[in-house]
Amino acid sequence: MALSLEEVRRIAQLARLRLGPEEEERFAVQLSAILDHVAELSKLDVSGVEPMTHALAAGEGAPLREDAVQASLPPDVALANAPAREGTCFKVPRIIE
Amino acid sequence: MTTANEALTDLGVRELGERLAGRSVSSRELVDAALARIDATDGAVGAFLKVVPERARARAAEADARIARGERRSPLDGVPVAVKDIFLTKGIETTCASRILEGFVPAFDATVIERLEQAGAIIVGKLNMDEFAMGSSNENSAYKPCHNPHDLSRTPGGSSGGSAAAVAARQVPASLGTDTGGSIRLPASFCGVVGVKPTYGRVSRYGVIAFASSLDQVGPVARSVEDAALLLSTIAGHDPRDMTSSARPVDDYLGPLEQGAKGLRIGVPAEWFQGGLDAGVERLVREALARYERLGAKLVEVSLPHTRYGIGAYYLIATAEASSNLARYDGVRFGLRAAADRGLKEMYSETRERGFGPEPKRRIMLGTYALSAGYYDAYYLRAQKVRTLIRRDFDRAFEQVDVVAGPVAPYTAFKLGEKTADPLQMYLADIFTITCNLAALPGLSVPCGLHAESRLPVGLQLVGRPFDEATLLRAARALEREVGPGPAPAALASASGGHA
Repeated sequence: MALSLEEVRRIAQLARLRLGPEEEERFAVQLSAILDHVAELSKLDVSGVEPMTHALAAGEGAPLREDAVQASLPPDVALANAPAREGTCFKVPRIIE
Repeated sequence: MTTANEALTDLGVRELGERLAGRSVSSRELVDAALARIDATDGAVGAFLKVVPERARARAAEADARIARGERRSPLDGVPVAVKDIFLTKGIETTCASRILEGFVPAFDATVIERLEQAGAIIVGKLNMDEFAMGSSNENSAYKPCHNPHDLSRTPGGSSGGSAAAVAARQVPASLGTDTGGSIRLPASFCGVVGVKPTYGRVSRYGVIAFASSLDQVGPVARSVEDAALLLSTIAGHDPRDMTSSARPVDDYLGPLEQGAKGLRIGVPAEWFQGGLDAGVERLVREALARYERLGAKLVEVSLPHTRYGIGAYYLIATAEASSNLARYDGVRFGLRAAADRGLKEMYSETRERGFGPEPKRRIMLGTYALSAGYYDAYYLRAQKVRTLIRRDFDRAFEQVDVVAGPVAPYTAFKLGEKTADPLQMYLADIFTITCNLAALPGLSVPCGLHAESRLPVGLQLVGRPFDEATLLRAARALEREVGPGPAPAALASASGGHA
């Protein structure tokens, strides 16, 4: 299945990725090849098969813990890796243009 | 002096622990020996992204003091180890081999790091890997390639390439990696060491940078099955901070280790001996199976008919999960921020354009596509149904057998650069390992000899029932007793001054 450049650009937009023109073309070719391989799955009859939505089998998990207040990271620690901050907030560029 | 260091770095975790307990060597000496070995060899190998000598020496002094007081915490107390750079380490830069996390210093430790350090193990550094664990050759590291210690022109495998290379190169006796589609077993096979991918849910993923959350598992790499079992015992078990962590008690992995292969029923799936399997690899795997038979195991033909759909299902499920997991790298809370002066959307896309390498971008694109409107049912949902079929294949096989055995990879370590131009060819390296992750089962790679032509290591893959790591390890140990451990790294003899 061939992925068009238009589609590559649309997906990149959805994924918030900016791609250069060369990258767009390379991805169109490479992703098309991968999708061709993946198309193999459509040959299988999966009618009546439940999707495996959890990797941990039912009953393997632990019971939920009490909904109790617990200590969390102090603001200064939580913000230590922030590219920009103001007070106890993460600072971001203007949102409304 | 060098000779003494070389000798210490040849020893495994259990032996080192015994010498520490007997006070014939100190943790400080072991850490110094590991650091010297890393100094001498890592220019050629490239297994480490970061080494933390001061921290390691300080922790070693604490371990020595504990042991002197008779307060040895565990067989790992004072033993140097290293961990893949995917684990959050409080106070130590953690990049996941990506530019987007350059300079990121975590505020807390992953549970597995906490458990290793509570047991007294000394972390000497963070190991190289494919960016965000996406790759089968370690060539997707944004920082530097990693080389196979047995032939420096070849890949150590990936994505936990540094974890296997560091152990094979005798830089550390053991390490931790992660395995999403074969990322522990493939490098273990290529580097001639033991690598274990536990059952999904056996080891906590808390503080492990997420790639594909329904597939990722943490596991040990070591030069012996016993050492791998020792590490697994240390890190396994329920963690309330990971919702997918199993509450099951952890089995005794060391107790049954020497029970041998007698009476074991080993399934041999025909589908694992197809798909371009190299003749030399097949011969070694068949020899290993014959050894098991001589040891009293029973070989049973089984069928895993959906094996060939594994890669397809994996590259939809794993990329879909990756595309949402990697959405958090947006320049807001941590890591790289670019184009802060052109509005929020520009900042997002510019940050991600500059921060991600080609493979994460490719997988984000594929995953976004598979989840996008109009394609979800055809791709993601269908892949999850195929996942059910793959799991059923194994369930059916395990009605007849205790473990399933076959090759880890279709070939031995390939040349650096050999598969980088064609992503699909790279993905196909995982053809035999990937179904184990999709089925959420435990699997491992144990050395089964050297390839007759290339003289490169080959691993045997064993896959077991859910949470039956004990049987897998026992079976691997039975083979190890016959075949011996993986080879010493010949390619490094000159780099380290020609040790014997």
